[in-house]
Amino acid sequence: MKIALTTSGNDMSAALDSRFGRAARFLMYDTDSDSFTVIDNAQNLNAPQGAGIQSARLVSDAGAEAVITGHCGPKAFQVLKQAGIAIYQTSAPTVQAALDLFKKNEMQELTDADVNSHWL
Amino acid sequence: MLMSTVTGCKPVKLALASGKGGTGKTTLSTALALSARGPVWLLDCDVEEPNCHIFIQPESQRTVPVPVPVPVIDDTKCTGCGACGEICQFNAIVPLGKKTLVFPELCHSCGGCARVCPSGAITEQDIIVGTLEISTRDHVTFVKGQLDVGRAMSGPVIKAVKQFASDDHVTVIDCPPGTSCPMIAAVSGVDFVLLVTEPTPFGLHDLRLAVETVRTLGLPFGVAINRSDAGDDRVETYCRDEDIAVMVRIPEDRRIAEAYSNGNVLTAAVPEYIPVLQRLIADIQDRVTGRQP
Repeated sequence: MKIALTTSGNDMSAALDSRFGRAARFLMYDTDSDSFTVIDNAQNLNAPQGAGIQSARLVSDAGAEAVITGHCGPKAFQVLKQAGIAIYQTSAPTVQAALDLFKKNEMQELTDADVNSHWL
Repeated sequence: MLMSTVTGCKPVKLALASGKGGTGKTTLSTALALSARGPVWLLDCDVEEPNCHIFIQPESQRTVPVPVPVPVIDDTKCTGCGACGEICQFNAIVPLGKKTLVFPELCHSCGGCARVCPSGAITEQDIIVGTLEISTRDHVTFVKGQLDVGRAMSGPVIKAVKQFASDDHVTVIDCPPGTSCPMIAAVSGVDFVLLVTEPTPFGLHDLRLAVETVRTLGLPFGVAINRSDAGDDRVETYCRDEDIAVMVRIPEDRRIAEAYSNGNVLTAAVPEYIPVLQRLIADIQDRVTGRQP
């Protein structure tokens, strides 16, 4: 199973980025092989609008089945749900800390967007 | 004065814009409209917070909704090819496998998605994003645009208001502040832009941005300095150095401030400005027709 974690860094010890749509990068962690790759999200970080939507497409195309992040807005939520991706919210400081919580089943799945749209 | 009488009816589309908000665009727009000789069209293009009506107090209102087309997907025809998502520059349409999502609030109504869809799954349907109110007072035909609360894009409503610009008479357009998309939508295609500013560092800073914008758009323009005897002389110096015409100066006057606070038009409080503003319209008409006064 592939999990997309939002991060501002490049490895497991890096900080978890609390933003989803405008996260700097996605660390794609594979639970089967216990390995990861990093996807750059600069294009969406700097998008004038629709960053959450495109970030959701990006992780969907990368094969993610779950997302771990700090917050998720309504449009990103809608796209992730449609793509069948589970969204987990955490305030864990690092990628590793977030994964540890996930593996211990101590993370809550988001059932709705937890922050408002930037448009309204 | 004789010439302005003769030229009073010459058609001109005049936009009042500014970088900085609160410099007096509405004060001057409403005063110009009410001072003009002959029929005049006053268009309130500050559709996110229109306020000319407070001063014009118009009658005989009728309202017209402003529609914009947005895509609607027929899921039974969509093959999930993704062509619509590729052409959309605004992330408003999102193909996800066999299901395509639409975010109407991000759509700029270009119609590209419907055009490129190979299976005819996309049609366009109108949604209402705002309202026009058309009314009159004396010789003034007044059109107010109002963007609906919750809508992000004012361009379609501004363009709908501007459809009412007259080809036969004077049209005064009260623009939104700033120099971004709404201001550009409001000034595009006019004959002349009057940039209203104030003699303060902030006023000058935003005037520079507005000048840069109208120069880029290639529009003829001049400056109106409101509260011209307050502040400092940096705006005057800037205009002189840049060879920009200062078309009118309105000194600070408590009577104007009181009239504004009571929702009264400037010319009601200081009628001596009526000939000044008639002269201003004539000067602008002369500049537009190539006869420099």
